[in-house]
Amino acid sequence: MNPTALRFGLWLLVTPLLIAALGLGFKGLAAVDSSLFFAWGYFIEVLIAGLLQGVMYSLVALGFVLIFKASGIFNFAQGSMVLFAALTMVGFIEMGLHWTLAFVVTAAVMVLLALAIERVVLRPLVNQPHIILFMATIGIFYFLDGFGQTLWGSDVKVLDIGISKAPIIVAEGVFENGLLINSFDLVAALVGAVLVAGLAVFFQYTRVGRALRAVADDHQAALSVGIPLKTIWAIVWSVAGIVALVAGIMWGSKAGVQFSLALIALKALPVLILGGFTSIPGAIVGGLIIGAGEQLAEVFLGPIFGGAIQDWFAYMLALVFLLFRPQGLFGEKIIERI
Amino acid sequence: MKLKALGLAALGAAAMVTATAFTATAADKQFVPGLMYRSGPYAPNGIPFANGFSDYFKMRNAKGGINGVEIEYEECDTAYNNDRGVECYERLKRPGAAAITPLSTGITYALIDRATADKIPVLSMGYGRTAASDGTVFPYVFTLPATYWSGADIIVNYIAKNEGGYENLKGKKIALVYHDSAYGKEPIATLEALAEKHGFSFHPFPVAHPGLEQKATWLQIGRQVRPDWTAMWGWGVMNSPAIKEAAAVGYPMDRFIGIWWSGSEQDVTPAGAQAVGYKSLNFHGTGTEYPAIQDILTLVHDAGNGTGPREEVGTVLYNRGVMNAAVIAEAIHTAQGMHGQTPLTGEQIRDGFEALNIDEARLESMGLAGFMESIQITCADHEGTGRAFVQQWDGSNWTPVSDWVEPNRSGLLRPMIEQAAADYAAEKGITPRACN
Repeated sequence: MNPTALRFGLWLLVTPLLIAALGLGFKGLAAVDSSLFFAWGYFIEVLIAGLLQGVMYSLVALGFVLIFKASGIFNFAQGSMVLFAALTMVGFIEMGLHWTLAFVVTAAVMVLLALAIERVVLRPLVNQPHIILFMATIGIFYFLDGFGQTLWGSDVKVLDIGISKAPIIVAEGVFENGLLINSFDLVAALVGAVLVAGLAVFFQYTRVGRALRAVADDHQAALSVGIPLKTIWAIVWSVAGIVALVAGIMWGSKAGVQFSLALIALKALPVLILGGFTSIPGAIVGGLIIGAGEQLAEVFLGPIFGGAIQDWFAYMLALVFLLFRPQGLFGEKIIERI
Repeated sequence: MKLKALGLAALGAAAMVTATAFTATAADKQFVPGLMYRSGPYAPNGIPFANGFSDYFKMRNAKGGINGVEIEYEECDTAYNNDRGVECYERLKRPGAAAITPLSTGITYALIDRATADKIPVLSMGYGRTAASDGTVFPYVFTLPATYWSGADIIVNYIAKNEGGYENLKGKKIALVYHDSAYGKEPIATLEALAEKHGFSFHPFPVAHPGLEQKATWLQIGRQVRPDWTAMWGWGVMNSPAIKEAAAVGYPMDRFIGIWWSGSEQDVTPAGAQAVGYKSLNFHGTGTEYPAIQDILTLVHDAGNGTGPREEVGTVLYNRGVMNAAVIAEAIHTAQGMHGQTPLTGEQIRDGFEALNIDEARLESMGLAGFMESIQITCADHEGTGRAFVQQWDGSNWTPVSDWVEPNRSGLLRPMIEQAAADYAAEKGITPRACN
């Protein structure tokens, strides 16, 4: 039999069956508890909140991707860079600087930090195995964590850059009680989108961006055509520092600037597993899937398991994806010939 | 070779002299260990408590000690981590240790058996294992002035008052947002019992450590369950995101009540204006107007000996550290009346705890009149009255919005405590002691 015809026939047969099964499943769920499973407005509300939350995770994941892409290092210190950037910015605001000026000064501090990391930590380790560089980033994590708090104190600090946190209710005529969307999350999503667009332009259309991509593809080949690896590393760590600053501002405004901010790196890990360590679109799509998945799981499956499942559910979701795409959704497929 | 031997001998001699000097000093002083946390995710809340605790003993030492016996205080950083808590305990335990302050329910759980075997009192002030209020089963654990079960009952009592009586609780919804740990789970049994008794529905929502991200929890509370009141058993980093997310779903702040560990300046300040109206329990005063706190300012901070910044004196958690230290000092004082005015053993100070009678007159002489309620402890009852009050954040200060509320101890909580203690005794093979 013609395989195309067979495939077409199967689709014709399976699709209505699948739709019927889904419909029956939902109807069954509705019979169990209509208020829980069939409040579509609520479902969409949780989904939107999850997607917006996912953008926040993507902001952190982007920093990891940038450094991994350019150097093959998993930067364990990304979380503490987020904390350090946020602490520094709050410190400058407390000194009396307007937040915009504080942002610029902090960005400069993050660039200086990147240069220092390249000079003091990375340069002496060139050509060392990646695991050594990874261990070095663990050292950077603890140093930044302690140094930031020694410099700016351990108190919980307020970072307010004037973004409204008021709830917005939309689609009141469509759904009972409407859809609640947090205005802060909307702004955060917008910031994330602008950042990604900026990074895409930077990587695609600038000379430095092309050099970065060349280094990412093959260190040796890039060096052989005269691309300075050390400069590229300094640039990429600087960009990752500024991405950390943006993530620090958004997360710091949301949860206060405090030690725990460094732990949000843990929320970026499932995003990276899912999206791939080398893909900027992967960080975004991965963030959206993890954000939406964990929020829906917490709300709709959480009660079955006693709640507080979102953290491990995010990892489980990422691992399930890995079963089918070991390199992540957008990661580069590694084919090694023997 | 000769030089090496000489060097080793000199080192040995120096070590012996140091050890002798240490023993001589330690023997004259009453040792107080402190299991605090100045690092880790919960450090912002642990630090002011630790500073208040330390400053109080510095103040007492500046005034000549307790009946002339100086306090030797040593701290160990647990980072709010159970393993490190046990490690700190093992490092600091010694026969002359007055009392252990674990500052963590998890660490308290881990230390109950060890401290009991070592005969060192554990003061889990407003936290820890509620069942340990039964002194017949837990002779070395003290839960004064209130336990989580008392806290849960007080919150429901306050809600009932606001709803016009317990009879109006029928059909109401009360939610609990809690830190998913031994600490956060403590009030659940009481709230379930109260729900059954008064006819309200109870909705628990766990939040995973450290609690930075609570969007899903608050969508359920604010948009699905829509409880009439919400209680919170949060700690440290968990509290301010909870307040912010509650505001983000439009939950009314004046119907949101935290336990006393969810009601400090550190919890509300990061939430800014969104936290205005938020309530919490407390069992001591805030501010610096109390004579004992004034003594800390003049004798410790003005002398340049303050443990932390001067401006944190009088804040909720600083004052809680002061209260914790004051209770230990009072137990030492009481024990000295029974066993002599010298450094005492943990076992002797346990006697002091069990004979604590901090009445109004005693509070006056301690410089803490109006700061806390009177406390009477007995061999069988290690909690006391269990009273607390509700305070509300107005944007810059905590203001009391209720009188002292007494939990229903005799009618509800004490039988539950005795049952839980009996279960523990059966599980561990403990024969409860007689308290007459």
